[in-house]
Amino acid sequence: MLRILGRSGLDVVGEFGDFALFTGRSLLAAIGSRKLGRRIMRALYEQGVRCLPVIIIVGVFTGLVLGLQGYYVLNRFGSTSLLGDLVSLTLVRELGPVLAALMLVGQAGSALAAELGIQRNSEQIDALETMGASPLAYLVAPRLIAALLSFPIQTTFFTLVGLVGGWISGTLVLALQGNVYWSAVFRAVEPADVRECLLKAVVFGLLTTAICAHNGYNTHRRRRASGARAVSASTTRAVVLSSISVLAADYLITSLLV
Amino acid sequence: MKQQTKLELVVGAFVLTGLAGVAYLALKIGAGTLVGGDTYLVSAEFGNIGSLTPGSNVVISGVPVGRVEKVSLNPKNFRAIVDLRLEKAVQLPTDTIASVKSSGLIGDKYLALAPGADAEMIAPGGKITEHEDDVDIASLISRFAFGNVSPDKTEKK
Amino acid sequence: MSDPGQTPELFLDVRGIRKRFGDYDVLAGVDLLVPRGSVVTVLGKSGTGKSVFLKCLAGLVTPDAGEIRFDGRALDAANAASRAEFRRRCSYLFQSNALFDSLTVLENVALPLEQTTQVPNAEIRTRCLEALRQLELERFRDQHPGQLSGGMLKRVALARAIVTRPELVLFDEPTAGLDPLRRNAVFEMVAKYQRQFGFTAVLVTHDVPEALAVSDRVALLDGGQMRFQGTPGAFAASEDPAVRAFRDSAGALRDTIAALRRGETVLSEDNL
Repeated sequence: MLRILGRSGLDVVGEFGDFALFTGRSLLAAIGSRKLGRRIMRALYEQGVRCLPVIIIVGVFTGLVLGLQGYYVLNRFGSTSLLGDLVSLTLVRELGPVLAALMLVGQAGSALAAELGIQRNSEQIDALETMGASPLAYLVAPRLIAALLSFPIQTTFFTLVGLVGGWISGTLVLALQGNVYWSAVFRAVEPADVRECLLKAVVFGLLTTAICAHNGYNTHRRRRASGARAVSASTTRAVVLSSISVLAADYLITSLLV
Repeated sequence: MKQQTKLELVVGAFVLTGLAGVAYLALKIGAGTLVGGDTYLVSAEFGNIGSLTPGSNVVISGVPVGRVEKVSLNPKNFRAIVDLRLEKAVQLPTDTIASVKSSGLIGDKYLALAPGADAEMIAPGGKITEHEDDVDIASLISRFAFGNVSPDKTEKK
Repeated sequence: MSDPGQTPELFLDVRGIRKRFGDYDVLAGVDLLVPRGSVVTVLGKSGTGKSVFLKCLAGLVTPDAGEIRFDGRALDAANAASRAEFRRRCSYLFQSNALFDSLTVLENVALPLEQTTQVPNAEIRTRCLEALRQLELERFRDQHPGQLSGGMLKRVALARAIVTRPELVLFDEPTAGLDPLRRNAVFEMVAKYQRQFGFTAVLVTHDVPEALAVSDRVALLDGGQMRFQGTPGAFAASEDPAVRAFRDSAGALRDTIAALRRGETVLSEDNL
């Protein structure tokens, strides 16, 4: 029993170390890699343009619900003028970065893990290695670098669209005046809140992309499955671990900054 | 080749609008000031400000004209000093009365300004001398409940 | 042909490669001698570790023991520079081709030059177009691998392998999954371009007659060891039971079927 605990404990520590090395090596390997720009462009397309619809749809609905719920609660205390504060601070500080990251994990992260898993299975990663090309530089680095840009941008889109959602339910559906809502939004959000928002987005981007890439890349190391099942196991694990890490990192960053 | 340029175009558009969005969020929404315009600071002293905090609204006749910038304690007389940031367009006569109010029974606190009729205006960095403290609703209710809400008692306190 | 152990032209010299997976010795001390400029074929049943052996040569699998000497220099894990040099001078043709399906044929062929050398882009392009022309693939240069047939993909993979002008090419079951006509075409292609470009080739396959036709030397991997190494002529004449079983498998099948038709019970599952 003790031995099993000890061994799985060591496994976890080993996995953490492996993950950190993987991320560091990928970023280092990017230096001097040819045609990196074009691969970053492709990654930006996958993480950015392709994910934009889901970001906007989820953002609008999040804002709508926040506006609705917030209005009913604030109405009880006669403080509906604070709806803008509530919606904007909730979105900027928490829901924007977290929900945008979760959506991106669901769409781009899972695709990345599956793609790398299949490339591992079909020996494309081995092919790069036998050529003497670094698979980390070729496949992983552009995704990580693109994430540094795409996650803050997507989070911003999510937040702005969410603010509009809150405005829709607060003023068009319910009885708040538009300028009351917007002046509250502009008044409530401090520079520190925006910094927190963007910092979270960057951290989540790097973290989830690296986790998804690491799981897909190491599909062949899965002990209990091989082939297509290993790819599905890697993808599932990538999404689950990324989602957990987003929420854990969110708590950590919030408690450090507040 | 054609597909390549199309990809670049779409990604470029995404990144540019994205960065514009980030800039808007950081510089406009997150600037922490009122929408546009210049502002100036005035201060006021209170015996009790209740739960007034930085960021609270400052209103005249119910219209927001600024916000509470800072709340501190005057170490000499142990009274609260409240710094207000007001829109430049709003000029206050020297006999303006500042009072701490709540929206609703237990709603958030805000600062209401009642401009006087004096011809002289408070300069930036100046002080509002007339003020009304926060009405402590909790003690008011308890006194009401125990049946000794009488003008003289309140006065004595 | 004389014993290549004494010839100075030995390009690849593999001795005592061992690899264990779990409790199973896949390779139990495998030797292989590859003279410069020759075509060497490693034959063996499926699952005898032929591919593992080739991957040990390519550095994709680290052997537990053994020595690989490439052009007179030892390759080992401790010597990263020797491995890098080996990779620069060697190409590997995967059983699954391992082409990138998001890239066009031209981009796939350009990949090794683009990612591992400082050759200017314009020269990469001319060299890749040249390789495509030599393999009669020009028409397909803007297609994606998903749009091509198996034999065509093999040619693209070969184009990608030779575009770096390697001195050694490792072929992992180049004919797997191809029909007999395409299988012949692939062996023809190997023989033709081996002469044209002058590389040394190591093939892993289980197609006996074709292998005997194109190879300068043949080796048989069985039970984790090389049961035979020598010329195709010597292989054809060998009386070693493992060699005979493998070489005469088509005849053996005929005999078995004939026996079944006669209603006899035949048990040869030990070969599965």
